[in-house]
Amino acid sequence: MSTAAPIPAPSHKEFILTLEGVNKAFDGFKAISNLNFYMDKGELRTIIGPNGAGKSTMMDIITGRTRPDTGRVEFGKDTDLTRLNEYQINRLGIGRKFQTPSVYTDHTVFENILLSLPGTRSVWEALFSRVTPRQRERIDEILTLIRLADKGSSKAGVLAHGQKQWLEIGMLLAQDPKLLLVDEPAAGMTDEETARTGELLLGLAGHHSIIVIEHDMVFVRQIASKVTVLHQGTVLCEGTVDQVQNNDRVIEVYLGRKHEKKTT
Amino acid sequence: MMKKTLSKAELIGLAVAGVLVFLVLPLLNALPESHPLHLTTFTLSLLGKYLCYAVLALSVDLLWGYTGLLSLGQCLFFSLGGYALGMYLMLKIGTRGQYHTNLPDFMVFLEFPKRFPTTGGLPPHWIPFQHFWFAAAAIIWVPAVVAAIFGFLAFRSRIKGVYFSILTQALTYAACLMFFRNDFTFGGNNGLTDFKEILGFDLNAASTRRGLFMATAALLIITYLVCRWLTSSRFGKIQRAIRDSENRVLFSGYATANFKLFVFVVAAIIASIGGALFVPQVGIINPSEMATDKSLEAVVWVAVGGRGTLIGPILGAIGVNWLKSYATHTVPEYWLFILGALFIVMTLFFPKGIVGIPSQVRALKARWNRQSVSVAAPAALSPEEKP
Repeated sequence: MSTAAPIPAPSHKEFILTLEGVNKAFDGFKAISNLNFYMDKGELRTIIGPNGAGKSTMMDIITGRTRPDTGRVEFGKDTDLTRLNEYQINRLGIGRKFQTPSVYTDHTVFENILLSLPGTRSVWEALFSRVTPRQRERIDEILTLIRLADKGSSKAGVLAHGQKQWLEIGMLLAQDPKLLLVDEPAAGMTDEETARTGELLLGLAGHHSIIVIEHDMVFVRQIASKVTVLHQGTVLCEGTVDQVQNNDRVIEVYLGRKHEKKTT
Repeated sequence: MMKKTLSKAELIGLAVAGVLVFLVLPLLNALPESHPLHLTTFTLSLLGKYLCYAVLALSVDLLWGYTGLLSLGQCLFFSLGGYALGMYLMLKIGTRGQYHTNLPDFMVFLEFPKRFPTTGGLPPHWIPFQHFWFAAAAIIWVPAVVAAIFGFLAFRSRIKGVYFSILTQALTYAACLMFFRNDFTFGGNNGLTDFKEILGFDLNAASTRRGLFMATAALLIITYLVCRWLTSSRFGKIQRAIRDSENRVLFSGYATANFKLFVFVVAAIIASIGGALFVPQVGIINPSEMATDKSLEAVVWVAVGGRGTLIGPILGAIGVNWLKSYATHTVPEYWLFILGALFIVMTLFFPKGIVGIPSQVRALKARWNRQSVSVAAPAALSPEEKP
């Protein structure tokens, strides 16, 4: 890197995800208001914000569940996501993990991963599809990574809560997405499971671009990524965990009353 | 991990059922009437009717048990198949009707010759149904087209759960009201009846009835095998995944609406073929067959037998209908109470239906054993713990 340009100007070509001037209102309530969000390839980004800050709506907009009223949502160089629906966006390489673990409870752990592997998406293919040895290998790899190698033939419904969360992360990995959206992966987990989830996500960053929504600041500190704070549907500030935690506006939003007492 | 081939128990069950329906029952029917083991043609046709209902039940289960789509409109498709074959059977009555004309009786009675003078009274859309092949094709494509249009609109609009159920029921009810109208050209509330022959065979002859019974049994076995194949394929896995977590499937890149549409059309065709074989054995098809309560009854059969299994709906359909035949004969005024009580008891105490009872008993036994062990255990442990 040359010393001439210490801060590279944000060049559009490098972003994997661009949200610009996005607005979305539900019955007059502005869930997202003039939101600008840029993310680099291979980045691990955490989004925090109080309840109702628009985190989930933002995920919905990226994954095609909700269409924004105005604004640009682009994936990579020039793929407009606002015109596509959920499964089309997923096929482009955007995977989403839901807040409550959604796995196929009646299927085995193996089958859960199998159904998530790329290919076999049409009705016709599904009727005549068979499991290939290559797919078996890949499933075993993923099961080892998410520490469920010995659970392959158990039904997903009998797994512990934390294991279900990992299974769902494994299902996302099976899709081999370019961008992963992970909604509160540590919710309801023990400290040990939380730490393990953090390791898992850190191991994935670089190969995949990842957005994590999380409330647990210990967890956020563990994965030590760039943090974006959302408030009232717009970006309040961005930076490292320390920068964000010491930002006056963030403290005001999160601990508004305390701050007032201090100043008065 | 994946059972692609039939299990031993299934093969034995299929073989026994095959021998029973293809050899034993028709043979018993062929015995002279004086013989103590003689099975009357009436009973044979009644059994044939149950088997048609079993096919209908399988179609309900394919939607409800495997895909999570509680359709309350399967009787519509069952009736469409029935009407399609019924039209062919009506035109084969010829001059043997009450009015001794080539026109079906109700058309004479309703003065159709005035309404359709160019065709001698026969509505134009009835004309091709004098060919069996056309009626047979209609049994497949008419329900398929209706299901495809309805399914496309419903699934594209993401209508789910109870709203889907209500919509299917409304569709059936609307069709029922339409078929009740005399000017809809399908015989109004009397429907189609008084059939004489099918493919040249006398419908009142015992041998024809045996043939129809065996055809129905063959249909049931084929339907079972098709459903077995479908539900154990990758498609079947996706089907059940949609039932358990549709969002996960949708956000994994599957166009779930297409999968639901496909299974909805397949189920409609299955129900329709069942209905087509129902009509010549029962001898009548009228709009009451697609009334809303009929579809609800089909759901009860599946619930009683065990949804999400393939043998359950068959057992449920045959069992409940046998009970219905018995109860409406001996205590007719109580039948609806019996049906209601059956549904409540089954869903409350046997949520997995008849098929699930053995596993429920095993679970109870295991719990009982554990309890008796844990009661006995402290006494056995205490002497060792003392030192």
